[in-house]
Amino acid sequence: MHEEMALFVNGRRVAVPQGAMVSSAFLIAGDPCRISTGGEPRTAMCGMGTCFECRAVVDGMPHTRTCQLPCRPGMKVETAG
Amino acid sequence: MREAEVLVIGAGPAGVMAAAAAAEQGRRVLLLDDNAAAGGQIWREGVAMPGEREDARRKAALGRLRESGAELLAGWRVFDAPAEGRLRAASATAAATFCYERLVLATGARERFLPFPGWTIPGVFGAGGLQALVKGGFPVEGKRVAVAGSGPLLLAVAAHLKLRGARITGVAEQAAFGRLLLFGASLMLYPAKLLEALRYRGALGAARYRTGCWPVAALGDSRLTGVRLTDGSKTWEEECELLACGFHLTPNTELAALLGCAFRQEFVEVNELQQTSIRNIYCAGEATEISGLEGALVQGEVAGLACAGRLEAARACNNRRRSTRSFARRLDAAFRLRSELRSLAVPQTIVCRCEDVTFAQLARYRTWTEAKLQARCGMGACQGRVCGPATQTIFGWKPGSVRPPLVPVPVSALCKDESTA
Amino acid sequence: MTYDVVILGAGIVGCACARECASAGLRTAVIERDLPGGATTAAGMGHLVAMDDSPSQLALTRYSRSLWQELEAELPPSVEYEARGTLWIAADEQEMAEVSAKQAAYVEAKVASTALDGAQVAEAEPNLRRGLAGGLLVPEDAVIYPPAAAAFFLEEAERRGAVLLRGKSAVSAGRGRVRLEDGTEIGCASIVAATGADKALLPWLPIQRRKGHLVITDRYPGFAHHQIIELGYLKSASELEADSVAFNLQPRRTGQLLIGSSRQYGSNDAGVEQEILRRMLERACEYMPGLAQTVAIRAWTGFRAATRDKLPLIGPVPGPVIDPAGDDPTLYLVIGFEGLGITNAPGAARLLVDQLAGRTPAIPVEPYLPVRASLWEPAHA
Repeated sequence: MHEEMALFVNGRRVAVPQGAMVSSAFLIAGDPCRISTGGEPRTAMCGMGTCFECRAVVDGMPHTRTCQLPCRPGMKVETAG
Repeated sequence: MREAEVLVIGAGPAGVMAAAAAAEQGRRVLLLDDNAAAGGQIWREGVAMPGEREDARRKAALGRLRESGAELLAGWRVFDAPAEGRLRAASATAAATFCYERLVLATGARERFLPFPGWTIPGVFGAGGLQALVKGGFPVEGKRVAVAGSGPLLLAVAAHLKLRGARITGVAEQAAFGRLLLFGASLMLYPAKLLEALRYRGALGAARYRTGCWPVAALGDSRLTGVRLTDGSKTWEEECELLACGFHLTPNTELAALLGCAFRQEFVEVNELQQTSIRNIYCAGEATEISGLEGALVQGEVAGLACAGRLEAARACNNRRRSTRSFARRLDAAFRLRSELRSLAVPQTIVCRCEDVTFAQLARYRTWTEAKLQARCGMGACQGRVCGPATQTIFGWKPGSVRPPLVPVPVSALCKDESTA
Repeated sequence: MTYDVVILGAGIVGCACARECASAGLRTAVIERDLPGGATTAAGMGHLVAMDDSPSQLALTRYSRSLWQELEAELPPSVEYEARGTLWIAADEQEMAEVSAKQAAYVEAKVASTALDGAQVAEAEPNLRRGLAGGLLVPEDAVIYPPAAAAFFLEEAERRGAVLLRGKSAVSAGRGRVRLEDGTEIGCASIVAATGADKALLPWLPIQRRKGHLVITDRYPGFAHHQIIELGYLKSASELEADSVAFNLQPRRTGQLLIGSSRQYGSNDAGVEQEILRRMLERACEYMPGLAQTVAIRAWTGFRAATRDKLPLIGPVPGPVIDPAGDDPTLYLVIGFEGLGITNAPGAARLLVDQLAGRTPAIPVEPYLPVRASLWEPAHA
């Protein structure tokens, strides 16, 4: 299989294939990227940077789109909101 | 500040061709794209699969780009056109001004999404959206996936997901069989297209491709459990863990609008040299018409040659260009959205996902601007890129004015340059 | 078709006037060419502020602010009324001296305020840069979302019998007659021009358009707590010729941050301009360095209607000196609020209807009567 690397999604270690996007790490972890203004869990939808549903907190930076953001080893990402 | 004789925005097939063609003629070319690599949506790079063969045309086009001497800047998004001959763009860590003599807009298209009950449940994706996420490392092996919506993309997506080990429960295409039959017949004029369609269909195996059939609800609570489909007379449910659903494409024309280019309906108007209403601005690919890969490739080539002053050579592509234009018209006729899709949303259905604005909240307003001001529809980070086309379909609302920043950017990007590209 | 009052323009001022007229029992129509609350009203910050650049300005803003406070219980949640208070900040000792003068003016006008030293400012707003000299907190100032407030006034007016003629453009107005583009003639006892910065119908109005820019960020709850304004803002606001910027930040109920402000003369282009936007945001980042990392999701512009003495024009038109068509006893103005139209809408509406209905106003109206404009030099366009 592919070479893997690990990052932290809401504090849990998650292994992803090399070249994976952060949005996919959330999907693998089964965690939403963000909680909507009305309290719903949301994950990436368009996969190409236009819907902004994949915004999450990446290494402390809020409102970061994750579907075009490659994972880096040890990265800490959290569900926003 | 970066300078280019020819600046190309968007590194999908049209942009790659334009950049390569102009650079081959000795022009200094810069190619900007907001993705991490060239290729656009159709040639999106991804987590490699053992045994997956690289698309030959992709390989050839990207090879040609590399040889051409055009410089690619990936991960940059254009957010302003502050003065003639200038664009501002931001990357994850910087912002810069780009100067051009000629500009090629190859901004492509995005999926059109329509709100229906349950479409915000995790597990519901765009069709191309799920494909992109899978290429981005989301494994679908063994998962039950329903594909629904409209457009030729559905088959391509289903075939790709199946290749990645997904169990496709079916493909539901809203267009009626009769329309598709006409389209299919017209494909005889485009043998390559027909082969492609058959190849996808073959890859689907036992999964059903249903025409005249569309989703009315995604089922589940915090996780998708199934989809409710209808053919207009009967309604049934199919179990699935993921739903890939998009309703054909809508062009990305925000930058063209900000620059003041003229439009023909929702598309950027161009002449036979792909020139817009503004002399030194060209547009190629799906922002001018939805004509798929062939159209994008030839339009890109024409735009690149025209930018380099090779008008004869550009005009020599005209037969190919005309053929793809006629394909675009057939595509549009075949996959035109049926009117039932305008009433999928129920009062509680969220229409604006950024601000969680429901159908009921919007129904009392008459215009996009009024809904925006009074109900916050389109006021969120996506700036109406999802709910704009949706409300245009549902209510017939025209989109509002386009202003910088075209995409959300850090406040620092709107200040002076922090560093150069 | 006849009415007691026809109001031209359904911005927040026109809507407030409609509500006030209808409440006084006047048969009222409002003519709006486009979207109610969709022009300057939609472009403004929505800061309800007791502004002390002159005693008359302070009297009107204080009065109007008190009417907002009375209304608070009736306002729907969409209006997002929040008594956040204004924090005026002094960068250095020289500006601290202005704090004292400002506080004295507020004491005189019975507006509550508290002087803060540098440490107290830092405690009140930790994201402000360190080392500021101090500030003045005006706790009863508030923020609202203006388009929703305009809609509220309009609904109230309609509930009391006022009629909205939406999508109608007036082509002439005067001497008790308003003619619409479609040929309709409306007769009325009084015409109230609440046309804001739009001089299309009454080009002789003695107002100048002053363009402003605003930027809004994504949600950063808790980043700021008050409407925060640099004391230099008053200098910027009173500058009559040159373009200027001043730090002015408003936290919205959503957690979003509204960043201002800029003032430009002579620009009629509604487009967002990079250079002034850059100056405005760099100024904001000087005061709040953390803003640089926040994500801006939208920028827009609007036009304020400015008068020569920075006070609005509320009342009858005095005659041929400002209106070339001559003395028109039916025509009233409620315009020229510059950046204070949202604050002053209910107060101005009340003072107008006091005049229409012959009631005794709660504060003297003389400083705001349009007659004073006859002494002004002609406004340069």
